[in-house]
Formats: sequence, structure tokens, C-alpha cells
Amino acid sequence: MIATRRAADTAIILIIMLLAWQALHQLVGATALPGPVPTLAYLARFVPSERFAENAWATLVCFFYALLLSYGIGLAIGVWMGIHRLSGAVGEPILISLYTLPKVTLYPVVLLIFGLSLSGRVTFGAMHGVLPVALLTMSAIRNIPPVYLKSARTLHLSGWQTILTMLFPAALPEIVGGLRIGFTLTLLGVLLAEMFAAKQGLGSLIINAMQLMQAEEMLTVAVVLFAFAALANALLLWIEHRLHRRV
Amino acid sequence: MTTAAADADIHAALSGVTRVYPETIATPPVHALGPLDLELKRGEFFAVVGPSGCGKSTLLEVLAGLQQPTAGTVMFEGRTVSGKVPDGIGVVFQEDASFPWMTVWDNAAFGLRRNGVATAEIRRRVDDALAFMGLTEFARAYPAQLSGGMRQRVCISRTLVLQPRLILLDEPFGALDAQTRLLMGDEVLRLWRRTGATVLLITHALDEAAMLSDRIGAMSARPGRFLDIVVTGWSRERDSKIVSEPQFGEITGRLWEDLRGESLKSLGHPGMAAG
Repeated sequence: MIATRRAADTAIILIIMLLAWQALHQLVGATALPGPVPTLAYLARFVPSERFAENAWATLVCFFYALLLSYGIGLAIGVWMGIHRLSGAVGEPILISLYTLPKVTLYPVVLLIFGLSLSGRVTFGAMHGVLPVALLTMSAIRNIPPVYLKSARTLHLSGWQTILTMLFPAALPEIVGGLRIGFTLTLLGVLLAEMFAAKQGLGSLIINAMQLMQAEEMLTVAVVLFAFAALANALLLWIEHRLHRRV
Repeated sequence: MTTAAADADIHAALSGVTRVYPETIATPPVHALGPLDLELKRGEFFAVVGPSGCGKSTLLEVLAGLQQPTAGTVMFEGRTVSGKVPDGIGVVFQEDASFPWMTVWDNAAFGLRRNGVATAEIRRRVDDALAFMGLTEFARAYPAQLSGGMRQRVCISRTLVLQPRLILLDEPFGALDAQTRLLMGDEVLRLWRRTGATVLLITHALDEAAMLSDRIGAMSARPGRFLDIVVTGWSRERDSKIVSEPQFGEITGRLWEDLRGESLKSLGHPGMAAG
């Protein structure tokens, strides 16, 4: 029952988006924004091609490493700052100001360090994802009710038992929220890096298509990325909701 | 010196206990408690009442070994309590401490699973505790599906399965409505009779203290000290029906007499306290 309603809602949103796309296309013209029909027709031809597969794979590899770094470093910083009060007090304003800084201004520095390499793009992607993961992990740990810690002591739990069986599950829903935002921002970072300085990857494909006035290819890549991001986001949101439902 | 027989009768004791919270960047040092003496007899039901902020919860945490006293000693079953919660003491807190990510059954089993008890024994004790607290049919439910009173019963079950000999209750019904509190009071009495444990109840409700306890300690405003110890003289088989007895009114009346001035002090009316 609820599942069919959800599906209906999603379908309605998709239809509205397609209509808006068509309307915008009428407004700005086919050179800037091809309509949904020619784009989807192009998509059907382009996605199975070798060229698409190569570029999509390049982006996926880069994104995978960047995400690994975002999650690994972000979780480590977040846990440390959540547990150790002084580090949290010192680190939080620094992380927040870094979070608000447009990281694209630092891309030249990354390029000068790493050159046009995979490491540079991975670093730039991770720079976007680390901060939200760290900040939300920290707040997740700080929001654990103090009475849990008192209960742990009255139930004679060891330090490790307290962390694994109590602190971790208590903080998990909010941490997954951080991972979800980290996912989106890491993808943004990787695509930006590919757009500015890369010979392969979906980001560079978009820029090339724009320079060659191939609006259909440009939009096709955008649609694919949109679908990928929306699906991943929906999956993580579903996990988050399942965890939250019990709270 | 007390005799050995009298010592055996004393289950837990605080002597000359004070607790001063050290100074921090934002706050001056706070003298929360004492100096204060208290002897809990084995198997008795003792309530502590006092104005808010008088150090009642500090008293409980010091007795439980959750906080170190600044001075004085804490004894439980003839041993000094220091730095960790001794085996045999169970605590139920005011805040909801049930874990939302596990079922009622798993919540109740939590402490046993972490302490290496055999599976069959865990099952027996948890089923028993849930049946006793009237939670059997909610064993597979999650705390979010239960009312506040039932969640507090989950926390009591979690403590109960560890078979504590001294049960410390820190305003466990503070967040519940008055009727539910009366009924929960009956459950606590039932629990006290069946386990034979010593119970220390912290509460701000004079009627709750008067109805449940053998003895009641009335505490002063901060730093908390005992102003009066009231002996109720109820039979062990009491329940919430005693609230209609004249003696009940006398006890609550005496407690209010003890505490009225102190409560005004904690409200910041020192002048009125004298009158």
C-alpha cells in the first residue's frame, strides 16, 4: 500500500520534471538545452558505447577512492573530536569555516601538488566529503544521552563493550546521515576536478561536449549522473530512515 | 564501635561524605553534598526527599560508585566503594535509558549478555523479569512503540535481571503522570518484597516517599544534609491504598514542615524561609 503510493509519488515527480525540462527547452532553444525526447534517444545510443564506458569507469574509480578517503578520514576525525572534548572545542570552528570555504579556490593548489593525475582528483573529491562526515559524526557522538554512559557503568561494561555495543549503535543513524551528505559532496568534488583538469571522466565529457556544441551528449551525461546520485541518495536515506524509525 | 551483628545488619553506609564539584573555566566550585551520614539496613526501603538541586542525585551516584566522594567513605556489604559500581548494586535513572535500537527483550538481556552469563540462564532471567514487570507481550516491541511508563519498566527489568541486592532509584517516575506514578509505586513495592533487596529511592514527591518507604530522609537545600529521618511504620504488605489512611497525611505533613523552608531557599526566598 505505502510502497505503491511511494512509487506513484516518484512517478509524479518524474513527470513534472520532464514537463519542466520540455518547457525550459522551448524557452531557451535546442542549442543550449535539447528536449527530453532527443536527449533520451541519444542516451539510448550513447550509454552502451565504448567511449561512455571508459569515461564512466574513470569517474567511478576516482569517486571510489575519494569516497574511501572521505569516509575513512571523516569518521576518524569525527570520532576523535566527539570523544575528546578539547579537540572538539578547538577543531569544530576550524572545520566549520573550512566547510563554508568554497574549496574550488584551493583546486589550483591541489593541481600544483599533484598535477593532472588521478591522485589530484581523488584529493579534491575527498576534500569535499571529509568535512560533512567529520562534523556530523562528531555531533552524533556528542548527542548520545549521558545516561547511556552511566548505564554502561552500572551494567559493568568494559570500555570496548561500551563503544561497540552502546556508543556505536546510538550514534549510527546520525552518522549515516553524514555519510549520505558526504557521498553527494564527494561526487561533486570529483566531477568539478574532472571538469577543470582531466582528459577522461564524465566531468571532462560534459565540458568537451559543451565546447563542441554537442548539447545532447552534455545533457545525457548530466541525466546519467542525476540518476546515479538520486539512486544512491535514496538508498542511504532508506537506511537512515530504517535506523531512525526505532528512535 | 558497633558490634559484628549490627554491622551485618547495615547493608550500605555513607560516613562523613561530602561532594564538591571542582571549579571549571565557566563555574566556581560547587559544594553539592554533605557532610552526611546514612546507614541503610538490609532489606529496608529508604526514600530521600528534598528540594530540587539539593544534591539528591549526587548522593545516589556517590553511593553507586558513579562519583567519588570528596571526603568521607562509602561502604557496601562491608567493602569500600571506590571508582566503580560494585556487583550487587542496580541503578534505575530518571532519564529514559532504554536503547531504541533493540527490542524490549534485548534491552532486558543487555547487561547479562555482556557479563558472560549462559544463554539458557539469560533466557530464564529475562523472561522472568519481563513477566514480573508485565512486559511479556511487548518482548518483541521497540521502546519507541511503548509509553514512558513502560519504557521505565524496561529499564527496571534490565536492572532486575542482574539480581541486585541494593536497588537505587533516581526519580524513576519523575517524568510520569500522577496516576501512573501511583501504579508504578505499587510495582516497586511488589519488586521490593519479592527480591528482598534494599531499596533507596530518590524523589521530589512527598506522597510517593510517604507511601513507599520504611524510612524517609528529608534533605536540606544545597549543600544537601539530612534535616530529619521519618520512620513510617508501614507493614511490609502495604500498597497504594494507604494514601487514604490518616497516618499517611501525618507523614506527608511532617515532611512538608521539614522541607517548606528549604524549598523556599532553593527558590531564592531566604527571607520567607524564616517565617
